[in-house]
Amino acid sequence: MKYLQYFGLILFIFALLIFTAMLGIGKITLTSDNLTVDDKQSHHKVAIMKAAQAAGLLNTPTSNVAFISQYKSVINSAADEIEAQAAAGLPEGVPKWEYTIQKWQKNNYISEAVTKGASGPVKDNPLTFLFLTFGLAIIGGLLFILPKFLEHEGIKHNGIYLNSLTKGLKSPLQNLYLFGTILGVLVYGFFKLQDFFWPLVTVVLGLLISYFVFIRERSKEHQPKKSSSPVNTGWLGLIAGTYMLTFYVLLYWAPAYIDNWVTMVNPVSEMLSGNGASRWFLYGMMYTVIVIVMGIRMLTKYQHNTYQKIRTASVMFFQTAFAFLIPEILVRMNQPWFDFKNFWPLDYDFFYSYNIKELSSSGSLGLFMLIWGIIGIIIIIPLMTYFMGKRWYCSWVCGCGGLAETLGDPWRQLSDKSLRAWQYERYIIHGVLAFAIIMTSMVLYHYFTGTSTILGLNVEGVKSWYGFFIGAGFSGVVGTGFYPLMGNRVWCRFGCPLAAYLGLVQKFKSRFRITTNGSQCISCGNCSTYCEMGIDVRSYAQKGQDIVRSSCVGCGVCSAVCPRGVLRLENSSGDIVERTDALRTIHITEDQIFVNLK
Amino acid sequence: MHIVIIGNGISGTTAARWVRKLSDHKITIISSESKYFYSRTALMYVYMGHMRYEDIKPYEDWFWDKNRIDLVKDHVSHIDFDKQELTLTQGKMQYDKLVLALGSKSNKFGWPGQDLKGVGGLYHLQDLQQMEEYSDGLQRAVITGGGLIGIEMAEMFHSRHIPVTLLVREQSYWNNVLPPEESKMISDHIIKNNIDLRLGVNLDQIKDDGNGRCKSVVVKETQEEIACGYVGLTAGVSPNVSWLKDTNLEIGRGIKVNNHLLTNQNNVYAIGDCAELSEPRPGRRGIEAIWYTGRMMGETVAYNICDQPVSYDPGIWFNSAKFIDIEYQVYGDVPATIPETMATLYWQHSDNEKAIRINYDKASQSVLGFNLMGVRYRHEVCEKWIADKTHIEEVLQHLGMANFDPEFYKEYESDIVNLYNTQSGKNLKLKSKRGLKRVLAFLSK
Repeated sequence: MKYLQYFGLILFIFALLIFTAMLGIGKITLTSDNLTVDDKQSHHKVAIMKAAQAAGLLNTPTSNVAFISQYKSVINSAADEIEAQAAAGLPEGVPKWEYTIQKWQKNNYISEAVTKGASGPVKDNPLTFLFLTFGLAIIGGLLFILPKFLEHEGIKHNGIYLNSLTKGLKSPLQNLYLFGTILGVLVYGFFKLQDFFWPLVTVVLGLLISYFVFIRERSKEHQPKKSSSPVNTGWLGLIAGTYMLTFYVLLYWAPAYIDNWVTMVNPVSEMLSGNGASRWFLYGMMYTVIVIVMGIRMLTKYQHNTYQKIRTASVMFFQTAFAFLIPEILVRMNQPWFDFKNFWPLDYDFFYSYNIKELSSSGSLGLFMLIWGIIGIIIIIPLMTYFMGKRWYCSWVCGCGGLAETLGDPWRQLSDKSLRAWQYERYIIHGVLAFAIIMTSMVLYHYFTGTSTILGLNVEGVKSWYGFFIGAGFSGVVGTGFYPLMGNRVWCRFGCPLAAYLGLVQKFKSRFRITTNGSQCISCGNCSTYCEMGIDVRSYAQKGQDIVRSSCVGCGVCSAVCPRGVLRLENSSGDIVERTDALRTIHITEDQIFVNLK
Repeated sequence: MHIVIIGNGISGTTAARWVRKLSDHKITIISSESKYFYSRTALMYVYMGHMRYEDIKPYEDWFWDKNRIDLVKDHVSHIDFDKQELTLTQGKMQYDKLVLALGSKSNKFGWPGQDLKGVGGLYHLQDLQQMEEYSDGLQRAVITGGGLIGIEMAEMFHSRHIPVTLLVREQSYWNNVLPPEESKMISDHIIKNNIDLRLGVNLDQIKDDGNGRCKSVVVKETQEEIACGYVGLTAGVSPNVSWLKDTNLEIGRGIKVNNHLLTNQNNVYAIGDCAELSEPRPGRRGIEAIWYTGRMMGETVAYNICDQPVSYDPGIWFNSAKFIDIEYQVYGDVPATIPETMATLYWQHSDNEKAIRINYDKASQSVLGFNLMGVRYRHEVCEKWIADKTHIEEVLQHLGMANFDPEFYKEYESDIVNLYNTQSGKNLKLKSKRGLKRVLAFLSK
C-alpha cells in the first residue's frame, strides 16, 4: 500500500513537471491574420507588420517568451512611428487617442497573436496534455490519498511540524518573504497602473495601520512578540508557496505566458459552455479539481468526524455545482455567467455598471440574479448568520473557504496566534470592508449621475486600485501564495470584506458560539495551533469561557483536535453574554469566601 | 509584600495569576526547568510533531511583564524557614509568603540500570529532550508502567514508527483505576495500534551496552531479554520533596498541608503534586497529582494569601485523558471495583471504542458517577446531577443534555435508556436530546 502511495506521489510530481514545462512548449508564428484592428485603425496593422518584417518576426516560428518580448518591442516601435505621424499632423476629425496605439490595445494585440499563432504539440493534442497534467495529477493524488481510508480513525497530525512542507518558516525568512511580496506587488502596481498615487496611498495606509498597532502595544506597556516563532525552515513549503504565488502572478498579470494551459482546457470549455476557454475557465477548472481531490483527502483525515465529513462534502458540492458547472451551463443557454453563492462585497464588481447593465438586460433570469444578489446581502446573509454563525458561508459554501479547507488544510497550523497579529487583522479587514463600501458607493453614484470624479477622485482609478491590490493582489497572490507560510486563511482572516461583514453580525447578533466544557481544559494548545483563523482558542477554553469571535469561521477543527472533549460549536442565544465573560470564575465562588470569613 | 512561588507548573502559575487578580503584591516565580510556563500535559504533542514547544506555552512571553510577575530561572538549593530566605545559585532571596509548587518526580524502584543513558520518565522538558536525542535510529523502546504516562509515551514512539513494548504489572491496562470493561477496551485499543502490550509482567533489570547506555531489559517473570535503545520509566510519580527532608517542614509522602494549604511553617504554603492534605475529603486521596486539582489549589492558595481565607474544596471528582484515539472522561465516583452498595449501568458500542457507564446508589437510586469512553459529556450537567443526588431515572430521561459530542454525531442516549429498560423492566423514554438551549435552562435552575 505504501508503494502504491509512493507511485501516486511520483505520478503527481510528474504531472506537475509537465504542467510547468508546458509553458515552454511550442512556437508562435506571427502572420497578418493574427492581428485584428478596427477599420479606423488599419494604419496600426500596417505599421506593426512593417516593424515585424524589419525585426524578422513575421512568419518566423518563435518560442513563447521570446515571441512576447520581441513582439512587444515591435509594437512599441510601431507605436512610436504612429506617434511621430500624429505629431506631424492628425487626419481630419480623428482625435489623437484614437489614432495612436493605446496601452490596453498593445496587450490585446499580444494576446491575440499568442492565441491565434500558437502551434505545436499542445495545440495539436490538447486532450493528451490534459491527461498528462490534470489526469495524472488526479490519478496520482487519489492513489496517494485513497489508501488513507484504511488507516485507523482519529486525529492525523503526527509529524506535521517535522515535515518540511508543513512546518513553516523561521520568522526572519517569513518576514522577508512577506515584505518582498508586498513590495513586489506595489512596484508592479506602479508600472501596471502607470500611477504613483494609489500605490502610495496603499503604502501610507499600511504604515498607518502598523503605527496604530504598535502605539496600542506601547500604551499597554507591553511588547507582544510572536507567540510562536517557527523553529525550523521548511524549504518544501517555501517552494510550494512560491509556485502558487507565481501561478497567480501569471494568471492575473501576464496571461500571455500561460496560453498553452488555456489551450489545453479548450475542449472541456467547448463541451460545457460551447465557447473556447479563457484563463478564468482554466482557473475555475483547476480550482474545482483541487477542491474535489483535496476534499477527498480531508474526508480520509476526518473519517471519524461527521461534522467535518458533511462540511467538506458541502464545500466540494458548492464549488463544483455553483462556482463551476452552473455558470458555464448558463452561458450555454445564452444567459449571463453567474455564481449564485458569491455575494458582494467579496464579489466586488457586482455593482459595476457593466454587470448591472448585463444582468438587467438579460431577461427575467438576469433580473432575478440582480435581485438575488441584493437580497443575499441584506437578508439572507444576516439571517443565516444570526441562526448559525458565519460558518454557514465561510466554511460550508464559499469558494475561497472551500480551497482553504481542502488544499489549505495541511497548513492551517501556521496562522499567527499573537495578539499583534490580531491587531493587524482588525484594522486591515475592516479597512478593506470600508474601502469596498466607499468604492461601490462611488461606482453607483457614477452609474446614476454619470459623474466620473467624486471628491477629486477618479472613479475608474479607485476601481482599478481595488481590482489590482485587493481583488488580485490580496485575495489571489498573497491569499493563496501564503498558504505554506502564514496558514490557509490569510485572505479570509485579513482581507475578505464579506467575512468582515459576516463577522460583525456574528459578533454582535448571532446565536453561534463555541462552548467550553466546564473545567476539562488542560491548556495543551491543540485548539489554538490548529485554528486557521489564528484565534487563541486556548485562552478562552482554559478560563471556561464561551467563545464569540467575529473571525471564527466555525470549521470545527478546534473541537475535533481537543484531546479532552472541551469544545463544541453550538447555536443558542441563552446566557450568551454571561457565559462569554472573561471573569467567569472557574472554581471559587463569592459564597465560599463569605462563609469562611465568618 | 513579596510572594515567592517555587515551581512554574499549572499550580504555581495559577497561584500567581490569581494573586495578581486579587492584589498588588510583588510576585516572583522561580523555576529551574524553563523560564516560561508551558503545559506539561502537552509535552507529548511536541515530540509527535503536532505542535512546537512555543505552541504549548499558554501565554505569550510578554504576558508576565504586563502582569508584573517576575520570572527567575534558577535552582533553589535551600530554604531557611526561620529567616524566610531562599538560597539560589545567584544568591539569596527574601520572601514574605512562600508557595511550594514543586511538582513530582518519576518513580524509580531501584531497578538495576535505572540510571543508564537512554532511560527516563516523561515529566520534565528535559525528559522530552532526552527522548528526542535518543530517537534517531531507535529500533525499539520498552516502557514499564501501565498508567497514563506509559500509554502517552507509547503513543509518542509509535507516532514516529518506532516499535514499542509496553510492560504492565496488572492483568489489564490501568485496571486499578478503570473498571474491567473499560480496561479491556483500552487494552484492545493498544494492541490494535500494534503496540506490543505485555500484561502481568514486571521489569527485572536494564542492561548496559558497555558504554553507559541501555541495550536491553529483562522481564522478571519470563527472564526474557528485550533489546531496546530506550527505556521509559512510567510507573507513577511521587512528590518532589526529598531535598526538603532535613528541614523543619512536615513531610509525609508529600508536604503536609491543612485545609487552607498552609504547611506547618509560617507563611509557607504547598500546592499541586507536592502537597499532601492532612485531612482529605471523604473518598478522596491526600495527594491527587492531576492538572485540575493543581489548578484549583493554585486558585485557593491565592485567596488565602490575599487574606480571603477559603478552604480547599476540590468539588466533585473529574478527570480526563486520551488513550491513543479514545477519549476518556470521568465525573464523580467510578471505582475500578464496583462496591456492593453501588449499581452500574454499562453500555458499550459494538465498535469496542465507545462506552458509557453510569453509577448510582442501589438504595437511594441517586446518580453517583459517569465514565465516558469515546463519547463527550458535559462537565457542568454531570456535576449538577451528582451534586443534586438526582434519581437515575430522571438522569436517564434527560441524558441527552449531557451529550457534548460535535454536531451530527450519532447520539446513543436512547440505547442507554433501552438498556436500562431491559435490565429493570421499566419503560422509560428519552425526553431530552443533545442541545444547548435545554442545558442552559437546566443549569440556571
